[in-house]
Amino acid sequence: MAFTGLFLILFLIVHASINACIFLNDEGKTFNEMARFMSHNWIMRFLEVGLFAGLITHIIQGLMLWSQNKNARPVQYAYSQPNKNSKWYSRSMALLGTLLLLFLIMHLSHFYVGTKVALYAKGDAPHNLFEEMKEVFSVNWVVALYVAGVIALFWHLYHGFQSAFQSLGINHKKYTPMLKTIGLGYAIIICLLFALMPISMFLGCIK
Amino acid sequence: MEHYHMNLTLKVWRQKNSKEQGKLETYQVKDISSEMSFLEMFDVLNEQLIVEGKEPIAFDHDCREGICGMCSMYINGQAHGPWQQNTTCQLHMRAFKDGDTITVEPWRSKAFPVLKDLVVNRSAFDRIIQAGGYISVNTGNAVDANAIPIDKKDADDAFMAAACIGCGACVATCKNGSAMLFVGAKVSQLALLPQGGPERESRVLNMVAQMDKEGFGNCTNTYACEAECPKGISVSNIARLNSEYLKAGLTTETK
Repeated sequence: MAFTGLFLILFLIVHASINACIFLNDEGKTFNEMARFMSHNWIMRFLEVGLFAGLITHIIQGLMLWSQNKNARPVQYAYSQPNKNSKWYSRSMALLGTLLLLFLIMHLSHFYVGTKVALYAKGDAPHNLFEEMKEVFSVNWVVALYVAGVIALFWHLYHGFQSAFQSLGINHKKYTPMLKTIGLGYAIIICLLFALMPISMFLGCIK
Repeated sequence: MEHYHMNLTLKVWRQKNSKEQGKLETYQVKDISSEMSFLEMFDVLNEQLIVEGKEPIAFDHDCREGICGMCSMYINGQAHGPWQQNTTCQLHMRAFKDGDTITVEPWRSKAFPVLKDLVVNRSAFDRIIQAGGYISVNTGNAVDANAIPIDKKDADDAFMAAACIGCGACVATCKNGSAMLFVGAKVSQLALLPQGGPERESRVLNMVAQMDKEGFGNCTNTYACEAECPKGISVSNIARLNSEYLKAGLTTETK
């Protein structure tokens, strides 16, 4: 869980950085170049296999954890006050992860499938990912779903970042508070960037 | 502190034995002194039940001074009740007020089956200790206590971990029913000291294997255990358990 989680955390940095090219506001020129580079490069293709392997492993590990942990308490408490001893998001990682998986299905069907169809089924047909993005983010409820997905991502990352280090056996008086702050900063920056993309396109700030 | 009396409604888990299904029963207790301990209040209730010709409530208790780890009640949705770093026996009735309803349940975990009412079988913890929570010492002359130099900080950390009384509140509190805080404390107290060195790797591997065998859940780092632990055992012991386990798993040749 921790290894695959940290791997996916690293991936999000790449994902957010490339997508942030839309903020250059050059009619998507840089962004489309980056997108073309990422899809027309065998090293990136190779890494993509690793990314999906990491994601699927993370999901399978999560499901195994969830089922083992559910079995560990067959009879539930009639009355429990978990808010007195732990944060809701730390207890809701499976739920947040499931929401993220649903979000990912929508997200991949929006952007990933189209890119692959243009590349393989249509014989490398020209594909303007930037225009596709603008089209998808012109619908208000889609934008709302993307923002909701990013909010789920924030809580998942906020707990997951520091939790990964604890699981790997790193808990240090000096470095753990530092890691927690870095994790919070990371979650805020990544999620703010991702949330601003559909919002700014919907509002027409990016042409 | 002002002394007062209170009338309470208690909802207590009653279960005949490990086979039969249990349920919450409601009882009324009157004129409970705020200076009583929670278990003394249960003694009053039990005497009342005996007078009424009913079966008294079975609950675990021993020293009643917060050091043995025998008492185990899930009071109003919290292990050992509402006070921090406190066992059930050291919980006093001044934590409650007149007219309160208090729900009392046994520890809930697959590895801690209910024996009767509020009594659970915690021998899973004993079997984890038997799997490696000790040091082997050869017979012979007793070694001088101060013969081996130990860093002050390591000694302190080992002592803090050794404060664990094995009550099982960590398991009861954890949403996953995980025993990682208990095992973390027991592995840490020996891993930090030179005496624990020779068996360091086999200890952590065997204890974790036994923990999994008993059916405890996994740690997802909610840190609820640390918040509810009557001895304030730190979750840094869980991290130490993780790193000990990783190192041992990577370096030992035994399967």
